[in-house]
Formats: sequence, structure tokens, C-alpha cells
Amino acid sequence: MSPSPKTKVAPELEFGNAWEYAAAPESVKVAIADKYGMFINGAFVAPKSRKYMDTINPANEELLSKIAVANEDDVDRAVAAAKAAFPKWKKLKASERAKYLFRIARRLQERAREFSVLETLDGGKPIKESRDVDIPEAAKHFFYHAGWADKLDYAFPGRKGRPLGVCAQIIPWNFPLLMAAWKIAPALACGNTVVLKPAETTSLTALRLAEIFEEVGLPPGVVNIITGAGATGAALVAHKDVQKVAFTGSTPVGKAIAKQCAGSGKRLTLELGGKSPNIIFEDASLDQAVDGIVQGIFFNQGHVCCAGSRLFVQEGVMQEVLAKLEVRILSLRVGDPMDKNTDLGAINSLGQLATIKRYLEAGDAEGATRHQSSAKLPKRGYYLPPTWFTGVQPSHTIAREEIFGPVLSVMSFRTPEEAITRANNTPYGLAAGIWTDKGSKIFNIASRLKAGVVWCNTYNRFDAASPFGGFKQSGFGREGGRQGLLSYLELTPHG
Amino acid sequence: MTRITVDKVAVEARAASFTTRSIKKAAKLQGLHMVVGMTDLTTLEGKDSAEKVRALCRKAICPDPALKSVPSVAAICVYPRWVKEAKAQLQGSGVCVASVATAFPSGQVDLKTKLRDVEDAVKAGADEIDMVIHRGAFLSGDFKTVSEEIRAVKKACGAAHLKVILETGELETYDNVVFASELAIEAGADFIKTSTGKIAPAATMPVTLVMLEVIRRHFLNTGQMIGMKPAGGIKTAKQALHYLVMVKETLGDAWLSPQWFRFGASSLLNDVLLQLHRQETGTYTANYDVTES
Repeated sequence: MSPSPKTKVAPELEFGNAWEYAAAPESVKVAIADKYGMFINGAFVAPKSRKYMDTINPANEELLSKIAVANEDDVDRAVAAAKAAFPKWKKLKASERAKYLFRIARRLQERAREFSVLETLDGGKPIKESRDVDIPEAAKHFFYHAGWADKLDYAFPGRKGRPLGVCAQIIPWNFPLLMAAWKIAPALACGNTVVLKPAETTSLTALRLAEIFEEVGLPPGVVNIITGAGATGAALVAHKDVQKVAFTGSTPVGKAIAKQCAGSGKRLTLELGGKSPNIIFEDASLDQAVDGIVQGIFFNQGHVCCAGSRLFVQEGVMQEVLAKLEVRILSLRVGDPMDKNTDLGAINSLGQLATIKRYLEAGDAEGATRHQSSAKLPKRGYYLPPTWFTGVQPSHTIAREEIFGPVLSVMSFRTPEEAITRANNTPYGLAAGIWTDKGSKIFNIASRLKAGVVWCNTYNRFDAASPFGGFKQSGFGREGGRQGLLSYLELTPHG
Repeated sequence: MTRITVDKVAVEARAASFTTRSIKKAAKLQGLHMVVGMTDLTTLEGKDSAEKVRALCRKAICPDPALKSVPSVAAICVYPRWVKEAKAQLQGSGVCVASVATAFPSGQVDLKTKLRDVEDAVKAGADEIDMVIHRGAFLSGDFKTVSEEIRAVKKACGAAHLKVILETGELETYDNVVFASELAIEAGADFIKTSTGKIAPAATMPVTLVMLEVIRRHFLNTGQMIGMKPAGGIKTAKQALHYLVMVKETLGDAWLSPQWFRFGASSLLNDVLLQLHRQETGTYTANYDVTES
């Protein structure tokens, strides 16, 4: 592991401890039960499987709680509850459905701090991010879709939308509550009922969301939350009474689900992996572009499907950008996610840490040069310092495969055409970033990038009103915005 | 010189991100002491008098008799005609005398008069000169005049340190602020300073960040350190700590010193003192428990 290069003889800035921030741990304490059942038909129930799995805090490897493992019987029970609840929920006056969504959003806001702390404990992300991004954005999704619930007749002029039925929703571990909101809010707004399965390492906030469903009196069975790992998910996807499957996660699992659904008549949307390009032109505002690079790859430890993991820098400013990037990365604070000043928290699981490390070794072995911040890491827990590779070739594994960690691959380009070709040279197509001071260039390049989201002079910005989704192996279907409703409605001609 | 551009939205977001840092306990105490030591305690009013200046000087040396551990401020900042009085009061205290010369705040006189103003202040004993740039020339594209004036003033300063006030509120765009900062550094500024405090907006976090980034670029290219002084509008201890966070995370340890970073402020000091009382005693103090300044 080589520390960052000291190639420049020029003076260096020292980011030491002349003024060290005192520990600033979030003080709110959250009660966590010893074990959690599943939320089926409006109540928490023990799993028929009688099996439980551990969920731990990746920041210190301590046991947080035990989570039910749903087997086929449990899946069946959850789907049956959703199916039974569907006819009444579907017929409920749309403005009444909206009220439930509004109430959920309001309760999320009122209990925001509790949810932030729980999200950080369970997933390892910095409290700063769960507090400022995950929880507020989750609430916004419920607010936004509450607004749509009674306006669906106007969403698609000339056509009427009808709910589909029971939606099976499987979500990842990188934004546990936010992904639950992305899935549940539009499904409910459109009059569907839901069986949701959170990721096995991060089920706690989804289960706590179920408490809010109880609080607001959501009719039993409208949302059911079952927990478990891959086998549970597969059983859910396979269930005959499921009308629609929505999955966010890795491309290999997405492909398996697509195979499972093929020929079944089930509707499917997939939001999968990415290897998104972030393109820096020499006429960009470089100091801000460097902030954008950092935000693009190190937000949530790089556990972001749309992370800007391939950095393309125009050759003329490469050295300058690398120098600025190094300075910026050295000022990042890595460590206890519960500290309010932490910028990078813990890697979500031991398994993911191992995966990332394998990619680091592949990068080294294939001839790229590894640089890492010298940040001191806690002794226990799963951590990785922010890492960037230079000398990366487009054929390198670290330039082609999704790493899903705080690892940036830096490459160069010379002309706009070359930038477009290189950016599009990937099996993925989820997101892209463009940095330039020239508006005309932005429009030209953006329209030619094969990516579901193109950010211009910014990165990793989300809004409930803005549809999100991919091209190619990044999946299909959109979430958020008017387009996102299409995944949960069957459209028929009006009248 | 190629003109460097600044993305307004992004730089403002970055500046705002520093305000989310949580500064507590020992870090807060140390930070507040640093703020006091970096303050240019300022009075720049038509109604200033010898008595006002004397009061300010006593406060500068010993900001609060009840808080022995609090350092003196870095400097007091007055109009040239009060330099002599201030110098006499501050003799041997280590507190510098800074003076705003060059027909502060508008600078609307010819260069000869500006230089005379500077020479008078230096002759009276000013350790630091805060000059204003020729904004009219800058905005009309006559950068040469701006540069030449700074050079001439630098020469007139002799051994006195030169702070160059850009008056960012009049320059309006961040792109202009970058270019004016570069001109000033090129022409010999020891410090670059945001504002006179007479124009709104005065110092803001984004504008200060833009200037810190110019200083960083200059340092990485040449090895030469340049000081930074945001002035006007920084009124609370909390705001000042946010600025220090920004300095620490943009320029690193070396700039966390009165030699390289100053706050131009008048009411800030008392808010910091109130916070220090709170830290030491655990109770909030009334405004009348600290002396006016």
C-alpha cells in the first residue's frame, strides 16, 4: 500500500492536528429490540421458519439485534396478506390514500433523528449523511407521491391508470430507508399493495418504518415487510400472486430475477449497477470540479449505484486536477460514523470489504498505481481509506467492473469525441457527470451520453420529482417523477 | 494569465458544508482563543475620537480581565489619523496597529493622495496598511492601473505589511474575485482582504473560500504563503469557528495563525468572550458583563 505520491518537490499543505476537532458523537440513543419478527398484515409476527440472523454494526462489529429469516411459508403469508388487502386499498378514495402517505412523511420527519441514528448504526454510513440526505429524502418521497395519489388521472393524458396488485420489492443495503421509500411510496400512491424485503445486513430502519405504518393506521396488509437473504428474495419473486417485481441491487442478481420472471406475466423493473463516468474538461471550474469528484465517488463510502467511479480528465489539466484531488482527499475525515464530523464511515459488511480489497489487488496486479489517504482508521470495524488509482487503462478490471466502494479510477482524454467514446464504453449506463464552464458543450455532450442521469457541474443530486434509472446493464424502468408512476400502473384508454 | 472560473452553485454548497462541522469542548475552547488572537479589532467611523481609540487599545491588549487565559487580539484597525495615539497605547503589548489608508473606503482620489495617506500612516507607526483597490478601474477592464497602484502602495509601505482590500461586494462575481485576488498577490500583497465593511455584502463564506483557493494555488505553485482577512459581517463566535473550519480544511495547519489569518471585526470579540465565559462557568453571561468596544 503506497501512500500518496510525493512526486512534486513543491511545497505541501499540512492537514495535521494543530486544531483537532473534539469527538462529536451524536447523542440521541435509540432503543433496539433483542430480536425482530416480520411485519405482516399490520402486526409484528415471529417467522414460521423460527430462524433468525444477526445484524451487526459494521463500525465496531458489535451485535445490534437478531432479524427473522423468512422462508417460503412466511413469504406466502406476507403475499396473502397483501393480496387480501388489495381490493379495499385499490377502491379507497385516492385522496384518502394520499392522507396516509402524508402522515407517513410527517412521522418520518418527526422521528428523523431516531431513524438517522438507527440507519448509521446498522449500515455504517456517516451520521451527517443519514441525517442530511437519507432520512429527509425518504420523507420527501412520501410527500411527493402523496401529491400524486389523487392526480393519477391527469398524469398520462388520454389514459387512465389502474393499480397492478401485489408488488414484490427487494432493496439494497446502501440506502436502506431511502430505497424503501423509493419503492413503497409510488406503489401505494398508485393503489397497489406491497411486500418489501430489505437487504439482510440493513433491515432495521425498514422494520422501524413498519412502526410508523402502525402509528398512522395504515390498513393491515397494505405494506408487509419480510426479512431474510437471497433465498427469501427468490421465494418472493417466485410467488404466483405477485403481479410486479421491483428490484434494486447488483446486476448479477438482477439478471437472475429477470430469468425468474420471464414468461410469468409479472411486470419487472430493475435498477442495477453502474460504472459511471465523471468527465472533467479543461475549461471547468476546477476547484469545484474536484469537490464534485469527491462527492461523486466518496459519498456513502462509494456504496452508490450511480457513483462517479470512472474519472476522465482532459489531459491538459490532469496534473493540476490530481494535485487538487490529493489535497482534497487528505482533508477527508474517516472513522466513527456516529461522529458528526466524519466524512467517510464504515464499509457496510465484511463481505463487501473483501470484495473491494480484491479489486484493489486487481488494480495493483494489472499495473495501475494505487494512492490512498493516510487517514488513521479505527481498530475494530470495517474501514477502507479513500483510494484512487492513476495509470488506469480502459481495459483494466477496475475501469470496467463495479467496485461499490471508495475507489476511484482516473483516466484521461484529449478531445470531446474521445471523452464521449470512452464514457460510453461500458456495459453500464446509469449516470454520468460533465464539468465545463461552457453551456453549449454541456448540451452537446449530455445528449450523447448513454446514461439515465447526466449531472452537469454537480454530482449525486437527487429529487423525488426527477426520474432515476439506467440503460444497458444498469437496468430498466424509472423511479421518481411522473415516469416512475408507470412502473406501478396499468394504463388503459380513458372512459 | 488565463482567467479561472468559479462555479457559483458548487462553491456556495462547499462553503455551506463547513458550517455542518460540530466544534465542541476542547476544540471549541481552542478555536475561540484562536479567534481572539486573530482579530483585527476595528473602529472606522466618522465619530471616532482619541478616547474611543484608547478604549479600543486597552480592550485589544486585555480583552477581558476576568478571563486571564484569553490572548490579546492581533491588531487594532483605525484610520491613519489615530495611528499615533494607538501606537502610544499599544507600546510593548505585541498588538499591532493596522491602518486603512488609500482614501478608504472608496479610494476615489488620485494615486498621489493615496500614497500620501499611506506614508502618513506608516510614518505615524502603522505596522500594517489595509489599502483598497481601484474597483472602478478593475470593473472597466483596466487591470494595469489596479496592479500599478498596488505596487506603488506596497513600495510606500516599506516594512509595514500590506493587506489589499478587494471590496468583493462591488466586484460582484466570484470570477472577478479570483482575478482581483491574483492581481493583488502578483503585485505584492501580503494579505488579501474581502471588504471594507462599508458595502453589503461584506465577507461571506463562499467569497472567502474562493480567495483561500487562490492562496492555495499560489502556495502550491510558488511556495509563498499569503494571508487572508475576511472583514465585515462576521459577528458571532459560531460564524468565526465556521471560518476557521474552512481555513483548516482548505489550507491546513500553517494558516491557523494570526500571522496568516485575521478577522476584521468589531462586535465579534464580545460574542466570543460571552461564549468563553459560558465555557468556563457553565452559565450564560449578560452583555453588560463584558466591556464595550
